[in-house]
Amino acid sequence: MRRRIVGIETEYGLTFFPTGKAYLPMEKVIGYLFEEVIPTGWPSNAFLPNGARFYQDTGCHPEYATPECASVRSAVIHDRAGERLLESRLGPAQAKLAEEGFRGRLYAYKNNTDTMGNTYGCHENYLVERQVDFWQLAERMIPFFVTRQIFCGAGKVFRQAGHARYSISQRATHIHEASSSSTTSSRSIINTRDEPHADAERYRRLHIIVGDSNMSEFTTHLKVGITCLLLTALEEGAVLPDLSLEDAVDALRQISLDLTLRSPLKLTNGRRMSALEMQWAYLEAAEHHFSGLTHGVFSALLGQWREVLKWLEKDFTQLADRLDWVAKYQLMQRFMERQNCTLEDPRVSMIDLQYHDIDRTRGLFYLLERDRRMVRLSTDPEVDHAMQYPPSNTRARIRGQFIRFAKEAGRPYSVDWTYLKLSGYFEETILCTDPFASHDPRVEELVTTATGDLYEI
Amino acid sequence: MAQKKETREKPAEKAPSEEETKAPAITEKGKELAQDMDKLMDEIDDVLEKNAEEFVKNYVQKGGQ
Repeated sequence: MRRRIVGIETEYGLTFFPTGKAYLPMEKVIGYLFEEVIPTGWPSNAFLPNGARFYQDTGCHPEYATPECASVRSAVIHDRAGERLLESRLGPAQAKLAEEGFRGRLYAYKNNTDTMGNTYGCHENYLVERQVDFWQLAERMIPFFVTRQIFCGAGKVFRQAGHARYSISQRATHIHEASSSSTTSSRSIINTRDEPHADAERYRRLHIIVGDSNMSEFTTHLKVGITCLLLTALEEGAVLPDLSLEDAVDALRQISLDLTLRSPLKLTNGRRMSALEMQWAYLEAAEHHFSGLTHGVFSALLGQWREVLKWLEKDFTQLADRLDWVAKYQLMQRFMERQNCTLEDPRVSMIDLQYHDIDRTRGLFYLLERDRRMVRLSTDPEVDHAMQYPPSNTRARIRGQFIRFAKEAGRPYSVDWTYLKLSGYFEETILCTDPFASHDPRVEELVTTATGDLYEI
Repeated sequence: MAQKKETREKPAEKAPSEEETKAPAITEKGKELAQDMDKLMDEIDDVLEKNAEEFVKNYVQKGGQ
C-alpha cells in the first residue's frame, strides 16, 4: 500500500452535572482539564510528547488532533489514545472542582451535537497528491462522502417539529454546502482549506468535515480506510463513476432519515440511485482498479466493505457489533421494548448521549465493548503506548523526540506541525516539511549533544 | 498496469501485524449477542442519571467547528 499521511481531529462535548446548585463557567472546567498536560507560561502550544495536539477549540471544546499517521490502523489507535488522554484528565479536574465546592460529575462526549442543535466536529485530513485535479476529485468523491454515512454514521434521535425519529448521521443536518472554506458558519462536505503542512508543490490537504465522531474502532477503520482506498485509486488514474447528485446537501439529510437505505436520490444525469446502490458502484469501481491485489490493507478493506454492504442490504441489525449507528439503534430498541416507551422518552435521549461518554465505567459503548459486543481492533497496550509515543514512521516521531527532550531539559520551546524551536534568540528554528520523514539529524544532534543519549522512540 | 502491480507486491514497510486489520466475519453473531442483554440493560438503568430529562435539557454546548 502506498503510504499516505492521515490525521483525525476530534472536538469533544463537555458538561458538568452539579449535584448542588452552582453555576460553573465551562472556562474554569477546561482550565483544570488542561492543567499539567499543557505547560503554562510557555508559548502557548499544545503539542504532546506523542506528537498529537490537545487544545481548547472554538466554543470551549477540548480538541485532540492525532499526530501524523501513515496507516489506517495507526490512525485508529491514535484516535483512541486521544480519548484515553481526555478521560485521564476528567477525574483530577472533577476533584479540583469539588475542592472548590463545585460538586458534581464531569462528562466528556465524543459525539457531534447537543440538545439545542449546536454541533462540533470530527475532521479527517488526508494528504493527497497535487497532480490530481482537486475539483475533479471533489466531484467524484462528494457522492461517496454523502452516502458513506450508511456505514459510518453515529446515529441520533432527531427531533423535528416535536416529533422524534432515528437518524443515521449526527452531522447531516449541520452541513449546508458541498464545498466551502468555512468550518463554522456554512459547514460543507469538503472544506477547501489547503494547508498540507508539507511540500505544497507536491501535496495538498483534503479536509473532510462531514463525518461523525465514531466510538467503534471498526467504523473509524472503514471510514478512514475506504476513503484512503478511493483516494489512492484516483491518484493512480482510476476512473470513478460520475454519481454527481442534483442536491448533495439535501441527499445527506434524506439518507440520514431513511433506515431502509433504499430511497432513490436524483443524480444530475437524470438517473435515480439509492445510497446503497451508490456505495455498491464505488465498491465495484475500486474492486476493478485493485483487481490484482491479493493481500494487504486494501485487499482486506475491499472484503470488509463488500460484507458490510451485503448485510446493510440484507439485515443491518447483524452489524450491531461493528457499526455505531446500528449498535446504538439496537440498544435503544431493547430499552424501549423493556420500558415500554418510545423514542420521545428522555431516557432514550440520555442513551443517545451516554453511548458517547468516554468514561469507560459508564459510557454505553464501553459497556458493550467490555462484554465483547463490539469488534475491537486495537489492544490496550497499543493505545497506552500511543498516549506516550508518536507513530515511529512519520514526522511525529521527530516532534515527539524534540518535545521529550525539551521537557526533560526544562527548556521552553515552541512547536507546530512543521517546525520545532527551543526558545532563546540564538536557537535556530528547525523546519520539518516532510511528513514522511521520521528522522532528523539536527534534532538527533541537539538531543545527543545535550544529554549524550538519544531519546529513542 | 504491470508496473503498478510490482509496486504493490513489494513487502510492506512495517510488519503486517502493525498494518493489517482483521475483523471477525459477520455471521449470526448479531443474534447471539442480542440474547442475554438483560444484565447489561439492568446496568444501563443504573448508569443513566435519575433525572434524565433535566440532564438532557442541560446538555448545551457552544457551537464548534
